[in-house]
Amino acid sequence: MSTMQDSREATMIGRRSDGTLVRRPLSPHLQVYDMLQMTSALSISHRITGVIWTAGAVVMVWWLVAAAAGPSAFDAVQWFLGSFLGILFLMGVTAAAWFHTLAGIRHLAWDAGWGYDIPTVYKTGRAVLIGTAVLTALTWLMLLISW
Amino acid sequence: MSHTTSGQPPRQATLRSPLGRVRGMGSAKSGAHHWWMQRVTSIALLPLTIWFILSLATSAGMTHAEVLLWIGQPFNVVLLLALIGLTFHHTASGLQVIIEDYTNQEWLKIGLVLAVKGICWLLGIAAALAVLRIAV
Repeated sequence: MSTMQDSREATMIGRRSDGTLVRRPLSPHLQVYDMLQMTSALSISHRITGVIWTAGAVVMVWWLVAAAAGPSAFDAVQWFLGSFLGILFLMGVTAAAWFHTLAGIRHLAWDAGWGYDIPTVYKTGRAVLIGTAVLTALTWLMLLISW
Repeated sequence: MSHTTSGQPPRQATLRSPLGRVRGMGSAKSGAHHWWMQRVTSIALLPLTIWFILSLATSAGMTHAEVLLWIGQPFNVVLLLALIGLTFHHTASGLQVIIEDYTNQEWLKIGLVLAVKGICWLLGIAAALAVLRIAV
């Protein structure tokens, strides 16, 4: 390779399977990328919402185990879920779950080779954000009606 | 190993055998299995999580007795067990990728991945046992 102009280049050099060296694009990286672009912001949000949903899964286990354990344990989990913090937590998990679901569908479409061009990437990105807001609101509307 | 000839891209001899390249299993000998299972579990979780979220959202005021009745229905038992297994499989593999991406020290990486897998197994078993105790 010619003399490096930029130290970041070292991280861009990969190797094809036949051994030839190739310059590859960097994946989103805090020191290099503008994280306020919709593409990188939604990318890291997919990971963050996955981790938040994990917290929701832990509460699901608590809820199931408490239901099996008996009325007093079940009352405790229901008290927490009905408290201010519990409702805030459930709202956060609902929004994170819908985002992770819709962004996950977007990822599956990419894996199938669809939607890689920039206009489509922005269109589906906006659809994920709007869809998350609409489905989260609908879920809580249903919840409030049945309560 | 590498040498530059003018006008040509630099070449580096590869130590991978042609057979290894064709098999495409990589150094971990599992190929794209981890990546593929993340997709498979995500597709299975799509209908399951939507069913679970909608079931809970439309019956928020259930008493303990009503919850036991709901969990105990055979249809719900089967879907709940599938949801629990797939949720923790998907969670463990997703958290593993995040840990592998952001952890630099090998001992910490292996320790965290093993801890996540262990916790996910225990949570999954506990949830499955709770459902089975209610149902059986």
